[in-house]
This record gives sequence, C-alpha cells and structure tokens, in this order.
Amino acid sequence: MQAFTVHKGIVAPLDRSNVDTDAIIPKQYLKSVKRTGFGPNAFDDWRYLDPGEPGMDHSQRRPNPDFVLNRPPYDQATILLARKNFGCGSSREHAVWALTDFGFRAVIAPSFADIFFSNSCKNGLLPVVLAEDEVQNLFEQVEANPGAQVEVNLEEMTVTAPDATVFRFTLDEDRRHRLLHGLDDIALTLQHADDIRAYEERLRQDRPWMVE
Amino acid sequence: MAGKTLYDKLWETHVVREEPDGSTLLYIDRHLVHEVTSPQAFEGLRLAGREPWRGDSVLAVPDHNVPTTNRDAGIEDPVSRTQVETLESNVSGFGLKFFPMADVRQGIVHVIGPEQGATLPGMTVVCGDSHTSTHGALGALAFGIGTSEVEHVLATQCLWQKKTKAMQIRVEGELRPGVTAKDIVLAIIGRIGTAGGTGYAIEFAGSAIRSLSIEGRMSICNMSIEAGARAGMVAVDEKTIEYVRNKPQAPTGEMFERAAEYWRTLVSDPDAEFDAVVELDAAEIAPQVSWGTSPEMVAPVDGRVPDPAAESDAVRAEGMQRALEYMDLQPGTPITEIRPDKVFIGSCTNSRIEDLRAAAEVVKGRRKADNIKLAMVVPGSGLVKQQAEQEGLDRIFLDAGFEWREPGCSMCLAMNADRLEPGERCASTSNRNFEGRQGQGGRTHLVSPALAAAAAVAGHFIEPSKLGG
Repeated sequence: MQAFTVHKGIVAPLDRSNVDTDAIIPKQYLKSVKRTGFGPNAFDDWRYLDPGEPGMDHSQRRPNPDFVLNRPPYDQATILLARKNFGCGSSREHAVWALTDFGFRAVIAPSFADIFFSNSCKNGLLPVVLAEDEVQNLFEQVEANPGAQVEVNLEEMTVTAPDATVFRFTLDEDRRHRLLHGLDDIALTLQHADDIRAYEERLRQDRPWMVE
Repeated sequence: MAGKTLYDKLWETHVVREEPDGSTLLYIDRHLVHEVTSPQAFEGLRLAGREPWRGDSVLAVPDHNVPTTNRDAGIEDPVSRTQVETLESNVSGFGLKFFPMADVRQGIVHVIGPEQGATLPGMTVVCGDSHTSTHGALGALAFGIGTSEVEHVLATQCLWQKKTKAMQIRVEGELRPGVTAKDIVLAIIGRIGTAGGTGYAIEFAGSAIRSLSIEGRMSICNMSIEAGARAGMVAVDEKTIEYVRNKPQAPTGEMFERAAEYWRTLVSDPDAEFDAVVELDAAEIAPQVSWGTSPEMVAPVDGRVPDPAAESDAVRAEGMQRALEYMDLQPGTPITEIRPDKVFIGSCTNSRIEDLRAAAEVVKGRRKADNIKLAMVVPGSGLVKQQAEQEGLDRIFLDAGFEWREPGCSMCLAMNADRLEPGERCASTSNRNFEGRQGQGGRTHLVSPALAAAAAVAGHFIEPSKLGG
C-alpha cells in the first residue's frame, strides 16, 4: 500500500451528500478482474454524456462540461471535497480504486460510510472527517479560488485551508500507523498465527459444530 | 454491571487478540465469496504465495453476472463470462466449495448461505458484499467487506476490527394487514436516514420483529446497510432453531441439540444497555414506496411525493430537488399516480419462497397491466425456484403475463443483461434506488413483493387490498 504522510494538492468540490459507490464506479466496470484502470470511469454517469461500457475509447466519449472533474483545474485535483455520508452503498473496493486511479490521495467530508472508510484506509486513500461547518468553509474557499491548494497532514492530523486556517481531524491510531508506513496488513496479522491457531483449538473444544 | 447485548456476545466469542487501542483480531467462521469482489483477492493471495487459511470456511457462487434466461447458452457478455470463469478457476485452484451456474443450489449468495446451513447462529459471516448483513437474521454477526479484506480473511481467517456501538431498533405491536418486513425496514430507514446507523451494529427487536418468519427477518437485516449499519441482527428464538434444523451444512443429531442449547443464549440480556434505542409502533407502519434516489426517500403508498420547498435543511432540500429531477416526479403527486414501466421481483432482499408466495397471492387470477412492458420474477436460488414450481407459483406468474427466470442478482444491480433503459421506471423489490443502479438513467421505486405485484397488475402503485377484480 502507498504510504500517506503529507499531501498538498488541488481540491475538487463535489457538492453532494450521500455520494454512493454506484455513482463513484458504475456496475458495468466491476466486471474487471484487475485492481487498476478504473480512473477513466470514476463517476462515469456524471462525467460523460454518453453511456459507458467497459473497453470503450474514452477519448471518443462526450464529457459532461458541467461536471466538476471535467472543469480545469479540477481535472488535476488530488483531494476530493464532498458532503456527508460519502461512499454509502455497496462494499465495492473498486470505488476506492477508481478514485486513486483518477489521482485522488484524500477525500474530505463530514462523514463516510463505514465500509468505504475501511476500504480507503487499505489503499492509501485518506478519508478525512471534518465538522460540517469546516467542510462548508472549505467549499466556500475552494469555490472562490478554483485551483486553491489544501494540505492534508496525517502525521499532525491537520488540514490547512487555502487561507492558512488549520482544521484538526482524528483517525484511530492503528489505521494511522498503517497508513503512515504503508504496511501490508496480512503480513502483520500472520505474525499472530499462533494466536489464531490457539483460538481454533478452543473453538474445536467449545463449539465443534462450527469447524467441519 | 449491565448485561450483554447480542452483539457483545457475538463479538466476545470471536476475539483472537486485542491490542491496547481496541483494535481486535476477530475470527471469521464463514466466508462467502462471489465473482465480482474476489478476483483481485485471489490474485493477491497467489502473488504473495499464500494459501487459504481454512478453505472449508469458504462457500463460493456466481450470482451477479449470471444470465436469468437461456442458461444452456452460457454467458453471452465476454467480460461477464471471464469474471465467472475466473471464479471457477480460483475455487478449483484452491479446492474451495463452489456451486456452479448449472447446480440447482446456485443462487444469490445471501439466499444460499442460510438455505444451505452454511450460515449458523453464533457465527461471524463475511462476504465481499454489503448485503452480508442479511445473515444476521439468524443471530450471527455478519457484515460486508471490501476486496482487501476478502484477501485478508482468505489468508488469515481473521479481520482487524474495532467494536462499534450497539443500536437497538424496537418495533412493537401488530402490523396492519398487508404490511411486510420490507415495509418495516423501509420505514426504519425513512426514520433514521441512510447514515442513521453508521458506526453501529443494529439489533432489530420487539414483538413485530419476533412475529416475522426468518425470511422476513432476513429482508430487514439485509437493508441494515441502507441505514448505514454494517451489521444487523435478530436474537435467536425457536423459529431460528427450527429454520436451521436439517439444513445441509447444519450439525445433526446430538451435535445439533448441543449447538441449539448454545444458540438459545444468543439473545440480549434483559438488562443489556444499548448506545442508542429507536422505537417504532408497528401499527403506524404503512406499505412503503421510495420516491427518490436514496433509500431514506420513502413515502406511504397512500401518501404523496414530498416538496423540497417544505424542507428547512438546505443541503437536504437540494438533494431532494435533484432526486425529483432524476426521477421525473413533481412534488405533491399522489404515490398511487406513479406508473412503472417494469416490475422486478427478486434480489437478496426479497427473492425467498415467502416473497414469491406473497407476490403470487396478489397476482393470482389477474393480468399484468398493458403499460407494464416487463414484469419479471427472479427466484433467489435454484432451490427456491424448485420449491415455487412445486407450489405452482410459476404458473400463476406466467398466466398473469410475468416472466419466470433463473436465479441471480439480476436487475437489482444490472450487471447481467437484465436492466432498465434510460428513463424507464421500475417497481422493484430490491434494496437500492441510487441513480443508474438498475441501468443508466433508470428510475427505481423500492417496494415489497406484494406492492410490486399489485403495481404490475394495476399499472400504478396501489395497496394490494384495493385491487379490483
């Protein structure tokens, strides 16, 4: 996993609440058996005027000029700003892969859906929870100065707005540690293999019907 | 000291290791796998040279991409076909239990888990699918995970989790005739909102929940995620134990009785404390119809499409306005004047035998209305289909002009060939009404099987008891 320490970049304001993972990456693209290549189809239904199918040449499609990620400088954005309950719906990790493949490193919102939040942390995409009024403040600053940059610092757990205001956020220590160092979850867990085997031994004694 | 909630009990029996910050390595008993969210996990496993920790905990099935017609011809779409073939080669490579498309036991992963006894009370159940919460209806801790976590469970049989807060949603009293489990859960989501359960595990309780069959409880737990909660659950009672008895993978004989004795302890203690409690009066719940593009946007069938102008929260009002535009609806329109083009009865929410019976009862002796271009019934599994056919339900649907299909996820998310065309409106027993969910530009109204059937007959939404003839 790509580590996340400090990132400064352009913020794209996506002024919607309840942005669901079907919107982030529509179902037809979930047929891929790969982890990469989802970026051109991030927000496909909102981003293009013509219907999209896997394998299409995106340079031949009609972009929706009104959609924020099609408008410079937001097409170069690396931080996404949205309203509450971002990433609700399906568990598809493809939604996170689409955002990272597009180039996003962080998403800032007042709240996230649980599964999306977890998936993000496992892919080096930092979900940043700020208060609603702080998010509103960022929307106002970013919309007044398109292309304004924001710094997200995971070491300090701060967001520095274009006007230098500093907002604080929190992330549980375990997730923060893994993100800061880009750690491989499975290798870490397998260090506890003896604990897992001991648990299974107890399971066979206490609830043998659970183990075939 | 307060007693324990059901969630406490399920959690505590699965702790392998707990770190000082509360991060917990949680043991996973059952891992359900489908073709969409698993290929990258198997690939990761192979690239790292790892083997599944406990292959016998896995049950795999293709459901999202499978066609619901003409199965003998295979899967026409080459991209869908590749995904299903990838699952087949992964399960055979690692020697995992698998029901292929041609197997009568194939079906939607959340229908076949309980049906096979692969899901048992007291288990932790995961799947790379947000509707895994369904299995909580059996008194299990069941939740959806992403693909990285699928790989983690395959490799370690565990997941790192933090215990969430516990919410009890109590529905007390008697339901009005014609009001079903689906209406209860839609009403709950309408009340607490799509993020109301975020950060919680929900236990559904109260006399109205206890009165439901296990199938009904599954419909409710299924949509916990639409209320934001990763897990939903119902305490074990004798209905749970009778449901599990004689299921193919359930224990038998003395072992069953020993297990049942344990399962009976899987209830919240009377003095257990919840972090939040929500109460609903069952008698006040009407049949529900969603009018917008989020499952919280619901109205009673005898109600009207709401007016964003009456909403005081500006962000919320804008969301409503956007939803009405997408749905092509005017504020104040009676729900009964909304006319669907298609009707879909199926999905992991509502494709079990009880759902098909409820729909058939409405349809029996009637005909699909002329404005309904397509009314399709997609059973949740091959075994549900077989059971329905033994009961003659297929004839009732076919005689009424409905289509009777093969099992799978189908038009709930339209990954196979079943989908809405742009602008089409659907009465659907599925779980999500997001923009484009059932096909780009498609418009979804979430309803119960009985209401979907009534809409197919009348050509507009209507309470089944008000149907003529």
